Amino acid sequence: MTYVVTEACIKCKFQDCLQSCPATCFYEGENMLVINPEECIDCGACEPECPAEAIMPDTAPDAAKWVEFNRKYSALWPNIRKQGFVPDDADDWVEVEGKLEEHFSPAPAAR
Amino acid sequence: MTTGHGPGPKFAIVGAGPAGFYAAEALDIECPGAEIDIIERLPTPFGLIRAGVAPDHQTTKTIQDAFEQIAQRPNVRIVGNVEVDRDVTIAELAQFYDAVVLASGAPDDAPLDVPGGDLPGVYGAAEFVGWYNAHPDHAGLEPLLDRDSVVVIGNGNVAIDIARILSKSAAELATSDIAAHASERLAQARISDVHIVGRRGPLEAKFTTVELRELGELEEAVAVAESHQIPDAVGSDLSPRDRRVKGKNLECFKSFAQADPSAKARRIRFQFNARPLNVLGNGRVEAICFERTRVENGQVTGTGETLEIACGAVISAIGYRARPLGGLAVSATGDRLTNTDGRIAPGLYVVGWLRRGPSGKIGTNRTDAEEVAALIRSELVVGDKPGLAGLKPLLASRNVRTTDYVDWKKIEAAEIAAALGGEPRRKFATMHEMLAVLGA
Ligand SMILES: Cc1cc2nc3c(=O)[nH]c(=O)nc-3n(C[C@H](O)[C@H](O)[C@H](O)COP(=O)(O)OP(=O)(O)OC[C@H]3O[C@@H](n4cnc5c(N)ncnc54)[C@H](O)[C@@H]3O)c2cc1C
Ligand code: SF4
Ligand code: SF4
Repeated sequence: MTYVVTEACIKCKFQDCLQSCPATCFYEGENMLVINPEECIDCGACEPECPAEAIMPDTAPDAAKWVEFNRKYSALWPNIRKQGFVPDDADDWVEVEGKLEEHFSPAPAAR
Repeated sequence: MTTGHGPGPKFAIVGAGPAGFYAAEALDIECPGAEIDIIERLPTPFGLIRAGVAPDHQTTKTIQDAFEQIAQRPNVRIVGNVEVDRDVTIAELAQFYDAVVLASGAPDDAPLDVPGGDLPGVYGAAEFVGWYNAHPDHAGLEPLLDRDSVVVIGNGNVAIDIARILSKSAAELATSDIAAHASERLAQARISDVHIVGRRGPLEAKFTTVELRELGELEEAVAVAESHQIPDAVGSDLSPRDRRVKGKNLECFKSFAQADPSAKARRIRFQFNARPLNVLGNGRVEAICFERTRVENGQVTGTGETLEIACGAVISAIGYRARPLGGLAVSATGDRLTNTDGRIAPGLYVVGWLRRGPSGKIGTNRTDAEEVAALIRSELVVGDKPGLAGLKPLLASRNVRTTDYVDWKKIEAAEIAAALGGEPRRKFATMHEMLAVLGA
């Protein structure tokens, strides 16, 4: 059981979710975060904190593909413990659809 | 195990709960080469992860694994079965360590200050939760659960945990690590109605949506609310975050208001806008009387109208109190030590619930501990302190039998070996049993 980050996070990356995570299981890509399903303790603390409502439990409809997505990229991206740089235009991207096809970057966050 | 007197700074952390472990981790990152000793009054670490978090929330308890990894670092040690103030003083710790970090939580109940609040059958959440979670301080509570109804006062997740544990079937609890004495007593109880009563309205309640949703999915109990108490929409004056969170809670309450109370054998009933006036009963709890309230400009005012609920027990989940460890000043609110950003005095710091008061989730203590660890590093003066090499002989001279991480693993192995059926473990509920495993 795990929570997963979904498409809505792309280019938002507000990172409010990090503060509440007891297990420090978020990983940072260039324009998105993901959760490591092996480390997540399924406590749900991050879900209500996300302004983009990007986080959902793996029991939600559609979640299966996101579990694989989160698993894949958490292995490739660096761990993020504390809020870092939030893009200036984060708010503009909350409502945008189809971000996965158009805007997702598989690159790890630059460190 | 090194009992070193190396050149690095020596830190003593008091309390092996989440705040203590996160502080150890953060100090290890801030001050490489530090020796960190976590002093804990019980032989079992993890604080409220073991003794607070509900026994049917086993996945939440897996945060223990992350804490165990911290405990296994070569420069981190658990010094268990040592109670600060009883076995050693803060002043003595300050002689042995470069900095002392208090992380002992807020373990006592805020009293239910109404007439009849001391009748048999009135319990605080700390003692009641401690009882079902096998905390040695509360294992002997023997609560009165012999009537149809129980009233739980409070509108936070602790109230929901208590109501859920009181309402789950034996089958639902079979995969939990509830104390054996509690599952036996609950199996004999015939509770049909648990009332969760809050002073304010549904939108002011501090429940999280995940916990509320879970109440809608119980085998034998249906969650019900009174539709006239549930508003249509959340107020537009709320912050975006509150609108989101309260909006989701409201969806739950609306579905509870639609629920058929007779759909299942038991009910969890939400009752809002009612504050306790007095507990009634002849020699024990028989009922509780509330006054109806209104919330105006954030203030709760009574309306004069009253509501009586017949019940055999009242459990108040209305907050916790800190202990004045070492005679240190407690804040006016009674729930934390007086401190400035985690600093109490030079070399003396506080983290977790004891710093901020009893609110926030497990992860909140991590951010908290990271802040205080950064402050400690910035103020650190490393003297030639002996650390554990100084503390151990003192404790030995007082005949304190300390326990360590390996001892905890022996206790845990014995608890797992004793588990029956689907239980993850069968917890020891007394210090005597725990220490017996260690041959002490
Ligand atoms: C009933 C309940 C359920 C909860 N459920 C959840 C949940 O599901 N999810 C979630 O995220 N959060 C939950 N929380 C909140 C979470 O447990 C707290 O945020 C967290 O435990 C606070 O950590 P702490 O280290 O400050 O205190 P504690 O966890 O209380 O740890 C304090 C430690 O100090 C020790 N100690 C006390 N006095 C002394 C002394 N004199 N000498 C030495 N040691 C001492 C205690 O034995 C204990 O081990 C719950 C809280 C409660 C009360
Ligand atoms: S808060 Fe939501 S949008 Fe922001 S980084 Fe976390 S998951 Fe992504
Ligand atoms: S569910 Fe809990 S453990 Fe998992 S990512 Fe969210 S906050 Fe972290």
